[in-house]
Amino acid sequence: MADTPDYSWPSMESRKAMGKSIKRLDGPVKSTGRAKYTSDLRPRDMLYAVYVHSPHAHARVTGVDTSDAEKSAGVKAVHVTAPAGTEVQYQGWEIAAVAATTEQAARVAAGRIRVEYEVLPHLVKDDDLSKATGRTKQGGEKVVGDPDETFKNAEVVSEGQYGIPIANHCCLEPHGAVIQWQGDKVYAWPSTQDVTTWATQLSPNIKVDATNIKVKMDYIGGGFGSKFGPDAWGETAARLSQKAGGRPVKLFLERDAELMIAGNRPPAYGKIRIAGKKDGTITGWQSDTWSTGNMPLPYIIDQIPNMRIKHDTVSINSGPSRAWRAPNNQQLSYLTCSALEDFAAKIAMDPIEVFKKAVEYAPKARVELYKYQLDKAAELTDWKNQWKPRGSGSGTVRRGLGLGISAWGGAGHNSNCRTTINPDGSVLVEIGTQDLGTGTRTIITQVAAESLGLPMGKVKLVIGSNDLPPDAASGGSSTVGGVTVSTRRSSVNALAKLFEAAAPALSAQPADLEAVDGHIRVKGSPNKSMTWETACKKIGPGKISEMGSFNRRQPAPGMNDQGVGGVQIADVSVDTETGLVKINHYTAVQDCGLIVNPRLAESQIYGAIIMGISTALYEERFFDQQTGKYLNADMEFYKLAGIGDIGDIKVHLDIRPENDKRGVIGLGEPPAVAICAAIGNAVTNAIGIRVPHIPMTPSHVLDALEGRIA
Amino acid sequence: MQPFEYANPASVQEAVALLSPRWGQADVLAGGTDLISCMKEHLHTPKRVVNIKNIKELAGIQKTAGGLRIGALVTMDELANSADAKGEYKSLAEAAGGVPSPQIRHMGTVGGDLCQRPRCWYFRNGMGLLAMKDGKSLIPEGENRYHAIFGSGPAYFVSASSLGPALIALNAKVKLVGPKGPREVPVSAFFVAPKDEASREIALQPNEILTEILVPAGATHSATYEVRQKEALDWPLAAASVALTMKGATVGSARIVLGHVAATPWHAAAAEKLLVGKAINSANAEAAGKAAVGDAKPLSQNAYKVTLAKTAVKRALLDAVKKA
Repeated sequence: MADTPDYSWPSMESRKAMGKSIKRLDGPVKSTGRAKYTSDLRPRDMLYAVYVHSPHAHARVTGVDTSDAEKSAGVKAVHVTAPAGTEVQYQGWEIAAVAATTEQAARVAAGRIRVEYEVLPHLVKDDDLSKATGRTKQGGEKVVGDPDETFKNAEVVSEGQYGIPIANHCCLEPHGAVIQWQGDKVYAWPSTQDVTTWATQLSPNIKVDATNIKVKMDYIGGGFGSKFGPDAWGETAARLSQKAGGRPVKLFLERDAELMIAGNRPPAYGKIRIAGKKDGTITGWQSDTWSTGNMPLPYIIDQIPNMRIKHDTVSINSGPSRAWRAPNNQQLSYLTCSALEDFAAKIAMDPIEVFKKAVEYAPKARVELYKYQLDKAAELTDWKNQWKPRGSGSGTVRRGLGLGISAWGGAGHNSNCRTTINPDGSVLVEIGTQDLGTGTRTIITQVAAESLGLPMGKVKLVIGSNDLPPDAASGGSSTVGGVTVSTRRSSVNALAKLFEAAAPALSAQPADLEAVDGHIRVKGSPNKSMTWETACKKIGPGKISEMGSFNRRQPAPGMNDQGVGGVQIADVSVDTETGLVKINHYTAVQDCGLIVNPRLAESQIYGAIIMGISTALYEERFFDQQTGKYLNADMEFYKLAGIGDIGDIKVHLDIRPENDKRGVIGLGEPPAVAICAAIGNAVTNAIGIRVPHIPMTPSHVLDALEGRIA
Repeated sequence: MQPFEYANPASVQEAVALLSPRWGQADVLAGGTDLISCMKEHLHTPKRVVNIKNIKELAGIQKTAGGLRIGALVTMDELANSADAKGEYKSLAEAAGGVPSPQIRHMGTVGGDLCQRPRCWYFRNGMGLLAMKDGKSLIPEGENRYHAIFGSGPAYFVSASSLGPALIALNAKVKLVGPKGPREVPVSAFFVAPKDEASREIALQPNEILTEILVPAGATHSATYEVRQKEALDWPLAAASVALTMKGATVGSARIVLGHVAATPWHAAAAEKLLVGKAINSANAEAAGKAAVGDAKPLSQNAYKVTLAKTAVKRALLDAVKKA
């Protein structure tokens, strides 16, 4: 393997660009409004498209009459997506769309489409199985060991009921695209988490070769797992463009449709019983849960010797579910950690100690890590002095502390990068990836600059197009692990070529050269050196252009890794006369590998916790079962946390040599997992009684305090 | 939003002439924080929008010995920070300052606060002010988390006004100008619980403009306490405004009005009666809070609001007598 260049990361101490808290490169263009998101685009001759959505939660379309709309002023195309016979499964289902010269003209025309429905019975609420007759599917029962005997002979059995509802993604930029279908070519500007395979997903639906679909996206206003494909609206926009003679068409969902149809996170409800000993040892687990999807319990501590696990699914007439920042983990963490906290309270033991015993049932590789993190989190929050047994507080406003734990993968995805070095010294790095707002642009540039021994400003980066070397979807916190390795490899490969070109002038062998601070020099003889520009002049004619890849079937030990744990602690105050919950402090101890940029890593954790606090305290959909209507498909009563609602967040990034040597691991999702668990447990600790249902609203808190929960 | 004619009158008379004797024809635009949303949702589809922001006489706050005159175009932020309001009319300044989001406080006007439409989600989803289906309101068996805990229908929405309770507690009036000239209406009579879908929740006629608010002097102590879940944009869950005339250490007279708990601001007469002749302390404030919600009739999902209203009364009373 002598010919294989050494791609391994520079040592922690020697890094110049990596490991530094560099501000995100696109911060200024984003904060000044100069960054153009897809929904900002307005190419020449663009048409505006507007959807007609089903007002019914469940119905059969019996007729769609578009004749008036077609004659409406400014209309260039009408496309029916749900013809007569279609069974509509939720409010907001797309029926037809109109493209017109102005937004107003499109709206007027959409209002002239007449749709007839045969209304069918609906179920829009998922929290009461007794009202879901005919809508449930039993998932069977999983039995491990002897749960019956264990519960019968247990020293202690704790029991609780818990619920966490559907949450919407609430991307600031709704779902949509601008698309132009001209002849046999399609130009698409989608808002997507997957620039590379967007075209291959659309291709079979519109029967255009994927090679003829050009995809470009510079900036995306949020995805959170809900923007992986072209979706129905991608195809609809394409068809409208084709019908309109190839004019570009912009089709973005309105805010209400965005909440109704563009994704939600499944709920989880149910009862959990834990059997154990008074010393905190857990001996048995029993859960009986339901959701609109699967919920494999228990979370993390899945090696409990005796278990009975039952889970049913229920189908309701609300929009389809989609991946939401660490899919299902927030729900699973909430159910599991709530049950653990209730067990700890039952035996009057410090939950830190109970969790430390419980994580003995976690996958072996992470048992010690969780124990370390629990101690670390306890130390950072002064848990020993600050935590008080459940309900021991008095007064109107009571303080409580609560725990939550998380697990995630974060392995890198397949990625290809091209690094080009020109004779004038300029450097171009190209990857068909996307920056979801996480700082991917900055990270790639840091890795390239580090690898080439150049300042950040010397590296030009191009991402966001399927003409570029293919990358993959930004999902599962996989981007950073993929793009850092492909960028490192392509840059090291390109540098090797530059060394070959420059070596004769330095009277050295290429293998003896190194690139440091904008110079190419002989290792160990810093005097034998030339500037980067002088070295690049030796390239000509032509240029150096080298590829580098990461393929997840060929692991890159030391370069990237997967599998992280985390512990979080919420410190809250609960006003027992209003049920208002305020976050005093929120502390996150996050396992991570090599940190390319501590500022951006912390920023990911802040963002995840802010999103989590919002779900823990505010976010809730309200459906009226009588009419099937989603009543708060807006950002007024679908409440989102604002800056004043967040409290103080403390992040502990675990930067240690033993973590660094694992390589790069994704961080977008793991810190978003444990928040409902930690806050729910903190509220319970404060007021002495379990508030079973997330979010922790005045209504839910007071209903629990005043005994209105059945 | 539907296309509309946009009118820019310079005087109240001119503005009134541009309005219509029937609802639905013309709408008055001041701060626009509610009207624009209503128009975007097609809840209001006026043929004409009458912008009153250029009418100079609708601006400004004036204080006299007799009371406070507040022009309809005064913004919530101006009122919240007005030195004239802050001392003697503390409850009013607090109510204005409690309105969430700096954007709404800076754009929203006091006239608009009184005239805004209810936030009821059945109404905002186009199901009507009373949310009737087959002759029956959808609300009692529906999603009523944020709805009324007082009154017996058919209106179950809650009055959205933040200033209403404080103004009623202070015995304020509003001046309404129509084609036949001005009239003064006590704020307590300005809010009405509609009995049918054709009625409005305020006494303003479609061809009238609310021009000013007149607040008499008199109360020696006042306060408003609002329970709102979020710091960021959010609507209150319940509020209470109190205005007291203290005789030494005891209450000479008291006015207590609850907000966001009924189709109109809700006058808590039983609580007022209980306080006369008594000192304001924790026990009496608690008792007044209890009395204020004595006849509450919560719906299936909003019993918690009874506790919030009770707490708001207690805390407003204690705030009113707290030494600054």
